[in-house]
Amino acid sequence: MSNLLALSGVNTRIGHYHILQGVDFVVPQGGFTMLLGRNGAGKTTCLRTIMGLWKASAGRIDFDGADIAGRSTPAVAQLGIGYVPESMGIFAGLTVRENLTLAARDGPIDEKRLDWMFGLFPALKKFWHLPAGHLSGGQKQMLAIARAMIEPRKLLLVDEPTKGLAPAIIAHMVEAFRELKRTDTTILLVEQNFNFARSLGDTVAVMDSGRIVHSGNMGELAGNEALQYRLLGLSLDAHQ
Amino acid sequence: MTRRLLSGDYPRSRMLATLLLLILAGLAFAPFAFPGTRSLDVAAKVCVFILLVASYDLLLGYTGIVSFAHTMFFGIGAYGIAIAATRLGPTWGSLVLGSLVALACSALLSLLIGMLSLRVKTIFFAMITLAVASFFAILASQLSGFTGGEDGLTYKLPQLLLPGTKLLEAPLFGVEINGRIVSYYIVFFTAAALFLALLRVVNSPFGRVLQAIRENDFRAEAIGYRSVIYRSVANCVAALAASAAGILYALWLRYAGPDTTLSFDIMIDILLMVVIGGMGTMYGAVVGATLFVIAQTYLQDLMKLASDAAAGIPLLPDLVHPDRWLLWLGILFILSVYRFPAGIVGKLRGRQ
Repeated sequence: MSNLLALSGVNTRIGHYHILQGVDFVVPQGGFTMLLGRNGAGKTTCLRTIMGLWKASAGRIDFDGADIAGRSTPAVAQLGIGYVPESMGIFAGLTVRENLTLAARDGPIDEKRLDWMFGLFPALKKFWHLPAGHLSGGQKQMLAIARAMIEPRKLLLVDEPTKGLAPAIIAHMVEAFRELKRTDTTILLVEQNFNFARSLGDTVAVMDSGRIVHSGNMGELAGNEALQYRLLGLSLDAHQ
Repeated sequence: MTRRLLSGDYPRSRMLATLLLLILAGLAFAPFAFPGTRSLDVAAKVCVFILLVASYDLLLGYTGIVSFAHTMFFGIGAYGIAIAATRLGPTWGSLVLGSLVALACSALLSLLIGMLSLRVKTIFFAMITLAVASFFAILASQLSGFTGGEDGLTYKLPQLLLPGTKLLEAPLFGVEINGRIVSYYIVFFTAAALFLALLRVVNSPFGRVLQAIRENDFRAEAIGYRSVIYRSVANCVAALAASAAGILYALWLRYAGPDTTLSFDIMIDILLMVVIGGMGTMYGAVVGATLFVIAQTYLQDLMKLASDAAAGIPLLPDLVHPDRWLLWLGILFILSVYRFPAGIVGKLRGRQ
């Protein structure tokens, strides 16, 4: 399987802080890659650096055969990368319909894709004309994901989609991602909930202190409790 | 038809719809319903300020841009007409040329300011616009040979727009149809058409992107929209509309000077009108500008009546003496902002 995204030696500095200290990992085409790690390991910075929201001070970010490090955020998005930030970043004053219409940059929303989306997230159909700020936390997260998927994207970056959500909503989210997986969308997902990550991931990369400390198949990590404990420590306990 | 005219953006409140219809009817029939020079002056000023405030709402309410250069663009429009009419004579050709040059200058200047400074944070952009606007105001008062300096420029208009030109022999509904009435309806219809055009802009896909940028510009960029480009275009559209308002005001007043178009007091008035009417609603510009201009014009008269009526009562006549009108205007604004934090339109829509 070829790699859609490859980071090599990526460094990111925010002010005086050296957050990413030579990150190397790959995201295979059509796969579901989980980026795991403790709080403050640099996972979110990694996604934001890929999106151009933070500029990489060194290293390469190869996406679909081109180095995108240093490109502006809109330019990165226009290459076909969808981003669901941790804060969801929905436009609270706009309706659900307007949020999705905005995300469909290339013209009107494709009806078939919209129906498919409504199948995944029925609440969005129900609250189609409601300002997004009035949705519940789970519904906002669904909208944020739907917005990144409303047009086919080559790569989807998702930052902690389960954060602060009730178990029932997380189960629904797992189903939605499984459905998405069937469409062969390549996904890089940052997560602290290992059970969630294990149920979806094909490959995994684990970060610690701004570096990748492990990468490989998810099955390998899922079957090795000692490795899990060593790499993920308390964050694993907290979510089991 | 109504849907197309309003771009699908209905008032969404019966009370607001009634208020807007009353204002529209009042302005449309002002020469007949409120005959007299002063009331027609007020109606024309309301029309001009509705357009000016709506264009500022596009910036502040829809895009989240705080600019203090809006009166500069208003002034460019007014001076465009004034300089052309003074230098080239009172012909339609000079008015058209003056308008086109003014609009081109505004477009160029706004794009330049936008592209060079909209990358910086809101407060710094506001400071840059304040500096540019102050520079322009000083320039207008210093270049007295060209702009008339502090005295401004008084000029003639084409024959059709002069008060002495009678269009009908007999009065219509008791009102003499002269060049002033023609001028008023030029101001009214142009302001109405441009207001509807601005309503179309904010309800278009472009307008939605502006609102997205106002709410979360990083997120809008992550979707693929270049916020600097969108902000610059919004800045340019608002500047063009402000210049058009300036052109209309100059046509109506037959005078352009620093106090009527470029002063910082007008900028403060615009801000108050947007806030009182309701930011990010467009209809707020209609309500805010109408109430503000009427209050500004008639509060002193009302207070004189109240002061005379209260003669003999201790303290009260002094308190409502017409000289204290600014104090009461201020108190009214504080109360309205306190009572309607989302503006009058926001409050009326919230009730539904």
